[in-house]
Amino acid sequence: MDDMEGEGTIKKFLYLNRKAPYGTVYALESLEVVLIGAAFDQDVSLAFVDDGVYQIRKNHNTKVDSGIGMKDFSKTYRVLEDYDVEKLYVEKESMEERGLTKDDLIVPVEIMDRAQMAALMAEQDVVLSF
Amino acid sequence: MAIEVNGKSIETDEEGYLVNLADWSEEAAKILAAQDKDASDNPFELTNNHWEVIHFLREYYDEYQIAPAVRVLTKAIGKKLGKEKGNSKYLYELFPYGPAKQACRFAGLPKPTGCI
Amino acid sequence: MLQTVNKSPFEKNAMQSCLRLSPQGSAVLFYEDGVYAAVKGTRFESQIKEATQQFSVYALLPDLEARGMRAEDVIDGVKTVDYSGFVDLVADNGAVQAWL
Repeated sequence: MDDMEGEGTIKKFLYLNRKAPYGTVYALESLEVVLIGAAFDQDVSLAFVDDGVYQIRKNHNTKVDSGIGMKDFSKTYRVLEDYDVEKLYVEKESMEERGLTKDDLIVPVEIMDRAQMAALMAEQDVVLSF
Repeated sequence: MAIEVNGKSIETDEEGYLVNLADWSEEAAKILAAQDKDASDNPFELTNNHWEVIHFLREYYDEYQIAPAVRVLTKAIGKKLGKEKGNSKYLYELFPYGPAKQACRFAGLPKPTGCI
Repeated sequence: MLQTVNKSPFEKNAMQSCLRLSPQGSAVLFYEDGVYAAVKGTRFESQIKEATQQFSVYALLPDLEARGMRAEDVIDGVKTVDYSGFVDLVADNGAVQAWL
């Protein structure tokens, strides 16, 4: 990670989230890396594509008594702003084939179509895929 | 590892953080605090100013499921409790081992994400 | 026979294989990420609706709720079950075929 130590060089980082939450650990791992990485003052974006859109669906209920007994980390996406991670993008096609709209999501996001998403990825220095 | 609270044994990890969030009580917080030393090498005692931060952290965790990093905590405390408390000098004076690390432990939260 | 699917239909073809190869009259249970198949409004809805004509289709409610969905969000003809309902399905159907 020598590149990250170059003083004053701000790079464009994109975290690409493509997995549903809870079934695998990818979604939570990605979120934790984002929060840790936030200390490095880079230009960070998050993209939610494919099943990754499900990560930010509202109304998760994972309680021990009535549910699966795992941590509901969907609530944590709401602190990203406090960590100065403010650029969240959702691919329109992924959202639509799941019957979801912007109103179903727990945080404000910018909706991009497939071409815009591809363009966003093309302009990154680093894409971290989860 | 474990601590004894009101005759009941409560599990902690190797760094002294509670394993189960639900095991926390104010009594547990006092016992966790007393494991540390204050500036005069006496067992750490919790004042109202400490409790204010501890309760803030528990509410924050309940709402966001995360123990905040120091700079985020400082900002959030400032918003909630005022500027004179929302700065790292104040928080480090209260919790000399680090406001996030030490206060989170007393509050029964896991170690903050990104804290080494 | 109880057929179980625990993968998202968007990500894996487990659901497709299950619906293609399970004997008529089987019980089919969606759980974990598999529950996304059972929800209204996705591109799999018509396929699941058709499947309810051939199979008894179930979805595990705690897994739906964990992911932000409720019993009323599942496709008509799909029944939700809780953990004890899951156990009953296993007990009633004898053998379990897990589509991983």
